[in-house]
Order: sequence, then structure tokens, then C-alpha cells
Amino acid sequence: MPLLEIRNLQIDFGRPPHALRAVDGVSLSLEAGKTLGLVGESGSGKSVTALSIARLLPSPPAFYTGGEILLEGRDVLKMSAADLQSIRGALVSYVFQEPGASLNPVFRIGNQIKEALKLHRTGAATDAEVVRLLKLVGIPAPEARVKSYPHELSGGLQQRAMIAMALAPHPELLVADEPTTALDVTIQAQIIELLGQLQQQLGMAILLISHNLGIVGDLADHVAVMYAGQIVETAPARELLKRPLHPYTQALMNSVPSLDADAHRLTAIPGAVPRLGAFPPGCRFHPRCPRAQPACSETPPALLESEPGRWVRCPLWNAPALKA
Amino acid sequence: MTDPKMTRFINRLLWSVVTLLGTAALTFFLLNAVPGDVARVIAGSKASPEVINEIRARYHLNDPWWTRFALYLGQIARGDLGHSYVTDQPVSEAILTRLPTTVALSSLAGVMWMVVAVPLGVLTARFRGSGFDRSILVVATVSLSLPSFWLARMLQYWLAYKLGWFPVATFKSFAHLLLPAASLAILFVGYYARLIHTNMVEVLDSPYIRAARAKGASETRVLFKHALRNALIPVVTILGMDVAAMLGGVLFVENVFALPGIGTLALQSVFNLDPPMIMGTVLFSSVMVVGANWLVDLTYRWIDPRIKGGH
Amino acid sequence: MNEPLLEVKALKVYFPSALLNRHKEFVRAVDGVSFTIAPGETVGLVGESGCGKTTLGRAVVRLLEPTDGQIIFEGEDLTRLRGSALRARRRKFQMIFQDPYGSLNPRATVANIIGEALAIHHLAPNAAARRQRVESLLQDVGLDNSHARRFPHEFSGGQRQRIGIARALAVEPKLIVCDEPVSALDVSVQAHIVNLLSDLQQEHGIAYLFVAHDLAVVRHLSRRILVMYLGRIVEAGEATATCRSPRHPYTQALISAVPVVDPDSKRRRIILSGDVPSPIHPPGGCPFHPRCPVAEARCKTDVPVLREIEPGHWAACHLAKPGQSPAS
Repeated sequence: MPLLEIRNLQIDFGRPPHALRAVDGVSLSLEAGKTLGLVGESGSGKSVTALSIARLLPSPPAFYTGGEILLEGRDVLKMSAADLQSIRGALVSYVFQEPGASLNPVFRIGNQIKEALKLHRTGAATDAEVVRLLKLVGIPAPEARVKSYPHELSGGLQQRAMIAMALAPHPELLVADEPTTALDVTIQAQIIELLGQLQQQLGMAILLISHNLGIVGDLADHVAVMYAGQIVETAPARELLKRPLHPYTQALMNSVPSLDADAHRLTAIPGAVPRLGAFPPGCRFHPRCPRAQPACSETPPALLESEPGRWVRCPLWNAPALKA
Repeated sequence: MTDPKMTRFINRLLWSVVTLLGTAALTFFLLNAVPGDVARVIAGSKASPEVINEIRARYHLNDPWWTRFALYLGQIARGDLGHSYVTDQPVSEAILTRLPTTVALSSLAGVMWMVVAVPLGVLTARFRGSGFDRSILVVATVSLSLPSFWLARMLQYWLAYKLGWFPVATFKSFAHLLLPAASLAILFVGYYARLIHTNMVEVLDSPYIRAARAKGASETRVLFKHALRNALIPVVTILGMDVAAMLGGVLFVENVFALPGIGTLALQSVFNLDPPMIMGTVLFSSVMVVGANWLVDLTYRWIDPRIKGGH
Repeated sequence: MNEPLLEVKALKVYFPSALLNRHKEFVRAVDGVSFTIAPGETVGLVGESGCGKTTLGRAVVRLLEPTDGQIIFEGEDLTRLRGSALRARRRKFQMIFQDPYGSLNPRATVANIIGEALAIHHLAPNAAARRQRVESLLQDVGLDNSHARRFPHEFSGGQRQRIGIARALAVEPKLIVCDEPVSALDVSVQAHIVNLLSDLQQEHGIAYLFVAHDLAVVRHLSRRILVMYLGRIVEAGEATATCRSPRHPYTQALISAVPVVDPDSKRRRIILSGDVPSPIHPPGGCPFHPRCPVAEARCKTDVPVLREIEPGHWAACHLAKPGQSPAS
């Protein structure tokens, strides 16, 4: 049984008749100890999906209108508040995008990490354990850092502290929502490396959300690409990056500037990401798709298994790939 | 070179002195402009012209006000606040004997309104937009619009006089403080409840609150530990200022309930046209406010770790 | 024209440190930087947060006061100009900012935002001409005439950035300093804006000082790249050459840190240890030595000078040699 299984998740913002569907029938699965990368741009619904795993979306305005989120077989969407509280931290933990803003500014980081311990591993809620956790995430001089306030740390150290706080209760699943986006490129590299190391040591599964395909590629076993609230492609990471099948994935990869290519013009995807509630008919990507056929604007495509283990939401996936 | 902390401190001190001097000068000047013959007040209505002239000479009442002000300052510098022109009691003694009453009343009122305002502020923020929130908003707005003397009078009439639940006036026991403190508390509770509400709403939107929930903290813990601590930071400073203002004398409430506090003293001294006492109470009140300002600044630095750093 | 459009000489921008001025400590945001930009050329300025690149960009357009050094624009030293003389020159250089949400006045219409400079510099004879120019600018940046009447909050990040570009273009500048213009945008939107900037350069011959922390984006647009660390230039050279064969260990680390989408790439990751040190107390000797994977004894004591390792390729490293990257 997979550790995390999302089936046909539907999330709306607002109530009918004005409801906007941000997540439309998303299904994912993640095995224990593995890493799944969830890639997409703003408005794709990836963060909303990730936050819903522990039901962290404020409701209102968000409403779970369909589907299930199974964590170790139990449906999170049907859990009581008490049950939710007990799995948050102990089963699934989060690392957020802006570490400085996600740490409480008036409490010392040692205090905040200890709280994570107190909530789920009361026996281990000691100063020694806090120091051990800080060492684990590579924070230098941990005994002194315990007394630091968040604003006294650099962005990289703040993120490490958040990771320590997230791992303190020994979760089975770590959801990292754009953990490196706000950080410098060399610090990004450090944090990704750290996550990889920690996964090897501690064996937790990681759901890594990012808009950066390169980062996801480094760490993930499998990748799912989201567009306009739907999954448009899933595949093993290596396969996806070497041979993307969905036109959006291909276009996304082509628009990322690389250090090696010589072109002075980036291949930009024409048009813009459609806004919630203003999705085009049929395939949501068709107005921007170089392979679009008339049928694409009529029938919404379903996810097709192009090869064992690879799924694409495009009937034309077999058409010759676009030049990079 | 000079230590910037020391420079800041001396700067602060100088400005405080300027503020106090300014307040004193302004009051002195206004007192001077008030119609009424001080000499007659001192001498009594039946005094003869010679006595009145003698009093004028003794108290320098014929000199221009700034000369008298300078003399007064000199006097204060020696620690002497003067004597009441009416009772001849030393001003400092009068203030000190009445201070405990005012302190007791102010602290009790402060505790009462905070105990009510904090949960109201937190819960209305948590259940924002609900009927509960909206009704508290109405109640709060009404409460802070009430005139203090009217409220005190009404409470006294209905709850003390008519229903006999509380003592009507004077200060003979702790119970005598309850109704006056309640009147004060009712006036402030609305304001503080809304203030806390607004700060809580802002704080509850912060990413670190979401992170606290993600940790598995209960909603109570999130509200009262993670959020409240941040939301109260600006509130504490305002509280300090309000308590200081109260310590300077809560004129109307004290008067209505005939409590022997600084407020009643100040009010009486105005009715009696008793300059030394008026100056004394005004100066005391200014010192309280300036001192509170200072204390509030220090406290702010201490409770908000982001400021401690000095940036 | 062989004259450089912009020549920056030994520019220093120091800020007094808020904490302890008893020791007269300064944040050495820019610590002796020199470079040139030719007309119509794009020079990329790369570095991580705290390296001083944003400060440098702002100093060049005199949004910040330089502490020392010269900024020579079309032969004139801007640091000597004040008041109306400086304002008149401002037409020639403009800036685009990083935050598409913060850099546009939320209470002004798009037409006002773009047209304001036209009014200030009297570039249009009357309101009708001004409106026409605003509309043509909107089209230049890929927006619609109808957008002129709207307010910033009605647009997406990418669109706002286009508005910012139109605003900069309005006065027909010779140089635009782009301060991280695409960092806050999604990947696909980034591509649009980068292409737009490139097209505009072709059409109007504008030079860019492109400041960013994303080396790949910088490389796409720039002919030359300057790499900054702790207020100093540590490497300078032609874009492709610098990225293919960096001569400074920091540049190498930056390059290796750029996430690459090809899973087969044999690139070896150089992970730097520690954080960027404080610009108030830069380390002695080479400012990079505490984090440098190949630092030697002399790196702790001797400050390396920016020297020409190969024609057109400069690096400030004791270990830099032609034909070889130091940390390989």
C-alpha cells in the first residue's frame, strides 16, 4: 500500500455558483521512502494540492468537493480535528517556501523545535535532542544556535532550522513546498543536497513541490507535472527529463535557460496560464499548444498510459517531439 | 567616541525635561489667566484689605507670571512642591496619601478589562465574520463611546443605590473599588477587544501560523501561544500609556464614587482655585505619562526580539 | 563608436553600519568596482544576495550616492552632477525593478505610469501626442491599447513587468539597468520577458546592465559577464567563455549550483560550505577564501588583484591560470 495516495482530488474556492475549481481530479501516489516531484507554475494548483494533504487550507475559502487523500490508508478529508492534529507532524510534516516567515519571530528556534518534539515525542523533548537535530541538518555551533531568534539567521540556516523542526517528530512523509525558491543558488544546492542525505539516513518519503524542473530532477524518483489544476504527465524522473511527452512539459523544458545552449532567444510558450474559472474548453493547454488539433478544443483529454509507468494527458503524445 | 546608547539616553532625558517644563509653564500660564483673586482665596472671604495686600506681597502675587514661574521652578528643584493655599497641607504629602487609592483603582480596572478583552479579541478573530464577531463589534463600539461620568453615575445609581449590590461611594474596603473599577473597565474593554482582534486577524494570516498548525499544534495552542504573543506586542505599549494616564488621576470616576484619589484631589483643587495643588497634580500626571512613555519603549525592545538586535 | 557608453571607475558604495558606529564600521556594499559598457551591449552582473550587485546597479543610475569613484556616462562624470543637470541626464539611463508588484504605483493608471516621464521631460507636445506614444509603447512591449486605462492590480506579474519596461522605454534611454527583472516570475513568463528585452535591444540599440542571481538567464542575454562577491568583481569575461571555462572558484561553484534539467549531465556539484560572510567584516586576504575549496595559505593573507588571465578574461584569484579552471 503506498504511503500517500491521492484519488481524484477536487478543491474549489468559494461556493457555487461562484466556485472556482483550483484542483480538478488530481491523483498521485507515493511509496514510503521515495521522492515525488510535483512541478508546475503559479496557478497550476500544486501548492493547493500539497497543503491539502494535512488539510492546511483555510476553509472557507477552500472546499474539498471530491476525492480522497489516503495517508497510510486513512482518508485525511474525513478525519476529525483531533485525528488531524495527531497526524500533523507525526505522520506528515511540512517545509515551506519562505523559512523566515514560517518561523515564529518571537520564539527562539530551540524552543520551536522542542515544541515539535513535545507535541509528538514527549519523551525526547530535551535540549540534547534539539541540539542533535540541529547538528543533523548541518547548522554550525548548534548549542549556541538553540538560543537564536529566527531573524538572526540567514535564509539558508532558517531553512535548515525548519527542516529540523519538520523532522523532529520523525514523520513518514515530508512535504517540501518550494523549499529553495527564496534562496540563493548556492544555498539551494546545499539544501537539496541536505534533503537527499536526510532521506537516505532517515528513510522518509518526500513530496517536493517546485516550479524548477532541474531541482526536482536532482532529488525525485518520480515526477508529476501539473497545469491548470490537472496532472498532465507523470513518469519516472529520469524518463520525464530525457523524454518529456506532454507538449506543456516539453515547452516548459525548452523555456528554461541553460548554461550550455547557444540560442539567444528562449522558446517562450505563447499566451499565458489561464486564470481560475477561465479555463479553455477541451484541453486546457490547447490555445498555447504547438500541436493542437481541432479536436483538442472539444474533448477534454484523459490521462493515457503511454508506456508502463508513464501517463500523459494528451492524445497526440506520440506525435514527433518538438525540437529543443 | 560616545556610546550611542548613552547618547540616546541623554537625549531622551533632555526631551523629557523639556516636555515637563513645557507642561508646567503652560499650566502656570493658564492658571494665571483664570479670573479669580488668589489672594482672596487664601485669605478667606472676610479678610481685610491689609491682610490681602500682605498676602499678595508674601506670595509674590503682584509679580509677572514668568517671575513667579521661575520662583516655582526654583522651589521644585529643592524638592518642595509647596503648600495648598486652602488647607496649607504640603502638596507632595497630599499626592502621596492619595496615590494608593488611584493605583488600586487603576490596576484593578486594567486587570478587569484585559481579562475580558483578550479572550474576546482572540475569539472574534478566530470566528471572524460570524454573528458573534459582529455583535461584539457593536458592543465594543458602544462601550468606548460612553461618557465616563454618565456611565459611572448610572452604575452607581442602579447597581449600588437601587439594587444595593455594591457600596455607593467612598473607599472603605476592597468591595468599594469594584464598581468604580468596573466603570473604567467597561470604557476600555471595547477598545482593547477590537485592538486585539485586529492584531490577531493580521497575525493569523502569517505563514508561521500555518507552520504551527502543520506541526500538529491544537487550535487553542496556535491561538493563545503562537498568535497572541505576537498580537499583544503593540497592545502592551498602549496599555502602558493608558495605565499611566489613569495614574495621573481618573477624575470623573473617582469623583462620582467619592474615592480619595489623585483625581478627586485635582478636581477639588481646580474648584478651590488652589494653584500649588493644581500645579502639583498636573506635574505628577505629566511625570507619569513621560515615565510611562519611557517604560513602554524599553519594554517594547524587550518583548519584540526583532528590535532587541538594535536594527 | 568606440567610446564606451558607460565607464565605471573604482566605484565604492559604503553604508554606515547601524550598530556600532563608534568604530566607524561600514557595510562595504560595493568595494572598488570598475567596468565598461559599450553602446547597445548587454553586460550581465551576477552574484548572490549580499554581493552588492543591486547596490551597484542603483549607484550607476544615481538612485544611491556613491561614496567614491566615478561613473562616466557618454564622457560625463555623473558623480559630479547635481539637481537639474542630473535630472536632465536621467533621460538617458533608466531602471527596471525586480518586484513587479511593488514598483508600480497602485493608484496610478498604466497610462500615467508610462506617460509621467514623457511629461517630465517634455517629450510630447500635447496630451494627444502623449497618449499616442503611450499606446505605441504598450504595443512594443506586447500589451494592448485598452490596458492604458487600467490599474496595476488588474495585471499578472509578467504583464506588470512589461509595464515597467514600457515605462523605462518611454524616454528612449541609451542604457537600462535591469535589477533582477525576471526573478519573481514563473519560468514560462521569464522566457517571454527575456525575449522581449532581447528584441527591444535589437530594435532600439539599448545597452543593458543585467543584474541577476540566475547565471543561466544572464548568460542568455549578455555578451559579457561580471561575477561579484562581497562587493568586488571576482571574474569578468565574455559570457560563453566565462560559463564554459570559469577561472574563479566562486564562478565554478555558481555554475555547478545551477540546476540542470539533463539527468545525464556529468557535471560535478561543488557545494560551498557555510554562508556568505558579512560585508561589514569581510575576511582578510581573498574575500572568498573561507568557503573556497582550493584555498591555499597565501589566500588568507594576500588580496588577489583582478588580472587578465587570458585576453578579455579577468579573474581575481591567485590560482587562476590560462587554460585551466582552478577547482577542477
